[in-house]
Amino acid sequence: MLSIKNLQAGVEGKQILKGINLEVKAGEVHAIMGPNGSGKSSLASVLAGRENYEVTGGEVDFDGKDLIEMSPEDRAREGLFLAFQYPVEIPGVSNINFLKTALSEIRKYRGLPELSAKEFLQLVKDKQKLVEFEAKLANRSLNEGFSGGEKKRNEVFQLAMLEPKLSILDETDSGLDIDALRIVSNGINKLRSENNAFIIITHYQRLLDYIVPDFVHVLYNGQIVRSGTKELALELEEKGYDWLKQEYHLSESSNQ
Amino acid sequence: MEDNDILNDLASREYEFGFVTDIEMDIAAAGLNEDTVKFISGKKNEPQWLLDWRMKGLEAFRKSEMPHWQNFKMPEIDFQKISYYAAPKKQAKYSSLEEVDPELLKTFEKLGIPVHEQKQLAGVAVDMVFDSVSVATTYKEKLHELGIIFCSISEAVQNHPDLVKQYLGSVVPHSDNVFAALNTAVFSDGSFVYIPKGVRCPMELSTYFRINAENTGQFERTLIIADEGSYVSYLEGCTAPQRDENQLHAAVVELIALKDAEIKYSTVQNWYPGDKEGNGGIYNFVTKRGACRGDRAKISWTQVETGSSITWKYPSVLLQGNDSVGEFYSVAVTNNFQIADTGTKMVHIGANTRSRIISKGISAGQGQNSYRGLVAMGSKADNARNFTQCDSLLIGNKCGAHTFPYIDSKNNSATIEHEATTSKIGEDQIFYLNQRGIDTEQAVALIVNGYAREVLNQLPMEFAVEAQKLLSLTLEGSVG
Repeated sequence: MLSIKNLQAGVEGKQILKGINLEVKAGEVHAIMGPNGSGKSSLASVLAGRENYEVTGGEVDFDGKDLIEMSPEDRAREGLFLAFQYPVEIPGVSNINFLKTALSEIRKYRGLPELSAKEFLQLVKDKQKLVEFEAKLANRSLNEGFSGGEKKRNEVFQLAMLEPKLSILDETDSGLDIDALRIVSNGINKLRSENNAFIIITHYQRLLDYIVPDFVHVLYNGQIVRSGTKELALELEEKGYDWLKQEYHLSESSNQ
Repeated sequence: MEDNDILNDLASREYEFGFVTDIEMDIAAAGLNEDTVKFISGKKNEPQWLLDWRMKGLEAFRKSEMPHWQNFKMPEIDFQKISYYAAPKKQAKYSSLEEVDPELLKTFEKLGIPVHEQKQLAGVAVDMVFDSVSVATTYKEKLHELGIIFCSISEAVQNHPDLVKQYLGSVVPHSDNVFAALNTAVFSDGSFVYIPKGVRCPMELSTYFRINAENTGQFERTLIIADEGSYVSYLEGCTAPQRDENQLHAAVVELIALKDAEIKYSTVQNWYPGDKEGNGGIYNFVTKRGACRGDRAKISWTQVETGSSITWKYPSVLLQGNDSVGEFYSVAVTNNFQIADTGTKMVHIGANTRSRIISKGISAGQGQNSYRGLVAMGSKADNARNFTQCDSLLIGNKCGAHTFPYIDSKNNSATIEHEATTSKIGEDQIFYLNQRGIDTEQAVALIVNGYAREVLNQLPMEFAVEAQKLLSLTLEGSVG
């Protein structure tokens, strides 16, 4: 589904991603971990098409299409979803109206017929139930006055509504209490299928107890320095990142 | 990451009404003096009392000083360089559309104004004012059957002088402020509406103002009287050609609602705003005031101001009758170099009076948007209530929004509530919507319309759709 080859990107002249290679197939869940400043959120932003990031090398193939060439809204319409680390508030735009517009655009792009008001509302009800998202939050303005946890859960609710092919969760677990973590994880697990895929960016192993990944990658200094299975995450939990950093620097200097 | 890099310079949308109509015009020489006033009055065959009133206005104008309290740099206006009268030559009052210069009719059609009754928006009567004169008014006969008078004010002076004399200047006197004084002296045309007792006007009444001639000012005077228990909804629309010089629009609107009557007055203002660099554009300095003279009377002002180089107006309501109600709903947009200093005055005099103010400012580019409101509770305004919500939306980093609320209460039992918010549409919000499949233009429209919805909902349905489109169009290109 997603094929990233030697992706290099920077912002304001500073190189952040220094050659990322990653293959994600349908049905898989990949976790990306790494210390602060390693480029995790930058990777998410570059994939989503954030304008201030400049791609300086490499390529990204999304289901046979060149992702880098596409505008952010087209990437979304193709089925890419980013659950933001810090979702913004947009006062005056109701959650419902916003979702209706987004869904309408995506369906139009895919050549699907518009949902009737009744069908749409039914979909909203079903998905709310699925991800345990309170009805009253849906009628408010987009993220306005939401707590951090509510905002994250709104991201998952939108994910459920828009049914993307590839979802990138950017530190969705940060700022969540234990209950919220459980609810979000349940929601994601229910949405997993053999037709979609997830990239989960996180610092902590804990989320991965709930959403068990197929692959774990460690990002450090703009590159993936280690890949493994969920055991790798447990090893990191125990030993921290230092051993990996040391290995990386050793091999870097021996390469020179 | 500078917003400036990302938010491009505003591409002012094409002002599609910027064309000029080429027809033979009767234009008075520039300059303002007694002769100018006599000329205008003579052209309209006015009775002596009206000429006298105009002269009082001229005197008051000469004695008055330009105000200094506004939140913008007052432009230099050379009043002697303006021509105060311009009318299409083939003019007398037309009894039928066949007599109107076809170029004129084409102009209004180009502007989307339904001229022929067959092509009408169902149930909207229109009075068309071109420069200084009313060109045509539709549905007059039908309204006449109900006793409703809807005609140009020039016509009203001829056919209903008593009504005019009784009410003209009763809400905005000749010496009220410098621009009202000027208007009193040189007002050209405008609409006159009278709704008899107990009658609910069955259709929207609307006036469409079009400035065409160069170096002229537009000084219309509108007078609407709703007799006891009556109802009318009135809409004002306006456009002007694209010119390099600024033109002055100094109108006066007076509304009188007697006992149990209701007047709903809506404006969708789309005067030429000036170009991207801020050259040209209309100075929109108007005095609008309504008086709820009787108990339980109601007056509501709804305005969508998207044009003009400078918009300076405070549609107000004097709540004289007990239990009377005043409302003010406003969306004012300033883009590029536009300026708006607008708001309202709600003056509570009677007991149990209520007022509601919802003001939504939208600033983009280098626009400056100020809300100025006065809520005054008189000593007899027992249990009066006001609610004010004034919000500002900023698009980009170079624009400004300011709020000047004035509260003056002389009554302990009166309640005043004021809420204000400021928000910004930034890169992050647009990107968020992009990432959900919504393109940037749609994203801005979504945000702006959501923001302005409460005001747009007050407009008569046909115009709400137009206003929505106008908002999106005015802000096109404001976010890169």
